[in-house]
Amino acid sequence: MADVERINTPVEAAIAEHFAGVKATLPGDAGTRETAFARFTEAGLPHRRVEEWKYTDLRNLMREAAALAPALSDDAAKAALEASPWFSGVDAVRIAIANGHVVASASDLADLPEGVTLETLSQALAAGHADLAHLGAIPEAGDNIAVALNSAFMTDGVVIRVKAGTKVTMPLHLRFVITGDSAVATATRSLIVVEKGASVTLLESHDSADALAHQPNNMVEMVVGDEAQVAHFRIDGHGTGAQALSTLTAHLGAHVAFDTLNIVARPGLVRHQVYMTFAGEHTKGAVRGATMLTGKQHADTTLFVNHVAPHCESRELFKTAIDGNATGVFQGRIAVAREAQKTDGQMMSSAVLLSDGATMNNKPELEIFADDVLCAHGATCGALDDDLLFYLMARGIPRPEAEALLIESFLGEAVEEAVDETDEDLREALLSVARTWLAARS
Amino acid sequence: MPAVQETIDRVKEIDVDQYKYGFETIIEMEKAPKGLNEDIIRFISAKKEEPEWMLEWRLDAYRRWLTMQEPDWARVSYPKIDFNDIYYYAAPKSNEAPKSLDEVDPEILKTYEKLGIPLREQEMLAGIAPENRVAVDAVFDSVSVATTFKKELAEAGVIFCSISEAVREYPELVQKYLGTVVPKSDNYYAALNSAVFTDGSFVYVPPGVRCPMELSTYFRINEKNTGQFERTLIIADEGAYVSYLEGCTAPQRDENQLHAAVVELVTLDEAEIKYSTVQNWYPGDAQGKGGIYNFVTKRGDCRGKNSVITWTQVETGSAITWKYPSCILRGDGSRGEFYSIAVSNGRQQIDSGTKMIHLGKNTTSRIISKGISAGHSENTYRGLVSAHRKASNSRNFTNCDSLLIGNNCGAHTVPYIESKNASAVFEHEATTSKISEDQLFYCMQRGLDEEEAVALIVNGFVKDVLQKLPMEFAVEAQKLISISLEGSVG
Repeated sequence: MADVERINTPVEAAIAEHFAGVKATLPGDAGTRETAFARFTEAGLPHRRVEEWKYTDLRNLMREAAALAPALSDDAAKAALEASPWFSGVDAVRIAIANGHVVASASDLADLPEGVTLETLSQALAAGHADLAHLGAIPEAGDNIAVALNSAFMTDGVVIRVKAGTKVTMPLHLRFVITGDSAVATATRSLIVVEKGASVTLLESHDSADALAHQPNNMVEMVVGDEAQVAHFRIDGHGTGAQALSTLTAHLGAHVAFDTLNIVARPGLVRHQVYMTFAGEHTKGAVRGATMLTGKQHADTTLFVNHVAPHCESRELFKTAIDGNATGVFQGRIAVAREAQKTDGQMMSSAVLLSDGATMNNKPELEIFADDVLCAHGATCGALDDDLLFYLMARGIPRPEAEALLIESFLGEAVEEAVDETDEDLREALLSVARTWLAARS
Repeated sequence: MPAVQETIDRVKEIDVDQYKYGFETIIEMEKAPKGLNEDIIRFISAKKEEPEWMLEWRLDAYRRWLTMQEPDWARVSYPKIDFNDIYYYAAPKSNEAPKSLDEVDPEILKTYEKLGIPLREQEMLAGIAPENRVAVDAVFDSVSVATTFKKELAEAGVIFCSISEAVREYPELVQKYLGTVVPKSDNYYAALNSAVFTDGSFVYVPPGVRCPMELSTYFRINEKNTGQFERTLIIADEGAYVSYLEGCTAPQRDENQLHAAVVELVTLDEAEIKYSTVQNWYPGDAQGKGGIYNFVTKRGDCRGKNSVITWTQVETGSAITWKYPSCILRGDGSRGEFYSIAVSNGRQQIDSGTKMIHLGKNTTSRIISKGISAGHSENTYRGLVSAHRKASNSRNFTNCDSLLIGNNCGAHTVPYIESKNASAVFEHEATTSKISEDQLFYCMQRGLDEEEAVALIVNGFVKDVLQKLPMEFAVEAQKLISISLEGSVG
């Protein structure tokens, strides 16, 4: 059959209209944005016939295209930040990004630790900052439609550099909030460059008011130099109406220790994608996640783990608890290039289905070209273990509590592995998300 | 871990340049004109003396095929196939309905002799216990040349004949089941097959009958520029049991030849079908020239309660393999099993796996897949396990291991695990480390080191599967048994 010209759906047409309306006002090189948007125009919104989006049919799930959010007044931004509880118990340097714009007056910009520099993305784009050369460090991500849209629309974010050898003890907390009377879209992009031998902990939280169908598209790119250590903890706490797309890229040098954990509890629709490339030898990288779903929620985690250099170790652990009529998706691909001998990759996705309406789709892929590696993947899904439930109930614990205990320990595994055991506050901040979800369940 | 030396040696023994079945039989053939159109389909149908409904069925499939697009999602690459540059029908000229083996062209008989396939019943009987006998349907290009033990099978009530004969002799059975497992427009190659299929086997085992011997079909592509499109339909009625084996080879040629088969299995209540394949089509030479494109749709429908379908496959041949023997577990309590060993060498490309679709309650499935890649080959496991809303208490266990030998090949695993039922328990793993601690301890306690113990246990398991293959087909399989899977990369 001849190729037929693609017909725009109303949502795609609306996105094109929004782009035409705002592109002149967006900072930085217009050509780069046009190129990124052209990729979207060509491919359209991904649908189930696009393999990478097989289980998250955006064309079907996104029925409206919200307009890009205008900047908020400082007061409105502060009110929204006030309502965002995530990581409040953890001491951190906080940077606020409301409706897609950095809010300087609500950020601890003056208290940045020594050796850490920060600029806003909008300033960096306008000034043609040298660090922007690091954007797109993982070219494969550029082909992704969520990333293309982010590149076309990105309004603001932060560009952080941690100087060589700097050990940052206080975590940096990026607080993203969205608020408004009607649904809005945001596109934020942040770049974090960690130089050789530096270490830093990054917290990232996302919040928006319930019910409204906000459409955040958030992307964080990390470029981690040799011997650096990065720990990244993310809570996606967008409201139940939100349709959230997020992408994390991590380009890792040699002898790096990199950890990222993502917790998803509330958004109606969420797709979190992680691109991790092992570019230097003897690096350890871990990607973990705990996802809690109920109602008609749909949460998709998609990983692209790319082993290019030899002697690296990757760990992926994902836990999903699904209640109501919700759908969980896990797609993970570990690719091992010919040169990446002695790679040790372990990927595990476990799901517990708590109701008759729950659905889980797992697709853990391996793509191996080196002959001396150890790669394993596992995927399980099933109900809570009856024997364990019985054990607890036989000891007088009522069923709902017994279930909650089991679910918490199931989800908690991902948190426990990611958090330093001495860091009580951080662990509490992460586990409390699960507890809140469980409390609402019973 | 890298592969152990023993494995490397064994895989070398079955490397592409060691292909033993590459000879060609020189024999006068009758062919339909090259190309594909409705006239060719009418020609095939007329040659097979088919009733009108069969022709209509074929034409409908052809019209649907015309509207379909060639699938490109598999991890294989090959130049575009010109479907009009293929002969869709080729039969030995002398084979105008032979009544007995004496009427079959001696060249053909010699061919099967060379391949080690016994077509003479009395020869087979010599020195073989009756329960170890195998009835063979030999398919040569587009026609079935001989089917053995028909009489003895008929006494047990088992129908075993070529599909063309079944269309003529048992139209009600064929009409009732043909295309009900793999519909005409199921996929591109299934539609093509439905339009132009030439021969294949038909098996019907009546209620309560345990088929008295193994049934098997041996497919041979001989003629140049031909495609082989066989169609197999096996029905095990209530409480019946049948074990069926399939073997295939082809001459060594520089051109690529297409083999697009459809296999449909149906089990009714309490019935069981075991389907084993030793696939040894010509794989092409070391540079990737020539070889068979093996694009096959195999699917079993466990229609009745507590019915069982088992697929066992040993894959060493074909330039490109694109094949996913599947089970639809419709009947409550039904069980599907898939055991596969796929070895790729040279420039071979394999994209193979299975689908276990759990529809009924208490359905279980098990998938064991071992892939070994060597040379410049690519070996992909692609499998789907799904539980539908009503598939309460369904269970699946999947284990797929792969092993690479050398640094120019690739091994890939693409599993899809979809669960819509909370009481379904699915487990997928891709390591060799999950061998039972008890077994390992037992072996090591008796003085084996860990590697030997693991090899023993893994091979013991594989052997268990392969022992079910009859000796005639097990030459390659026997070699594979001794391949150690130590050093699997997951």
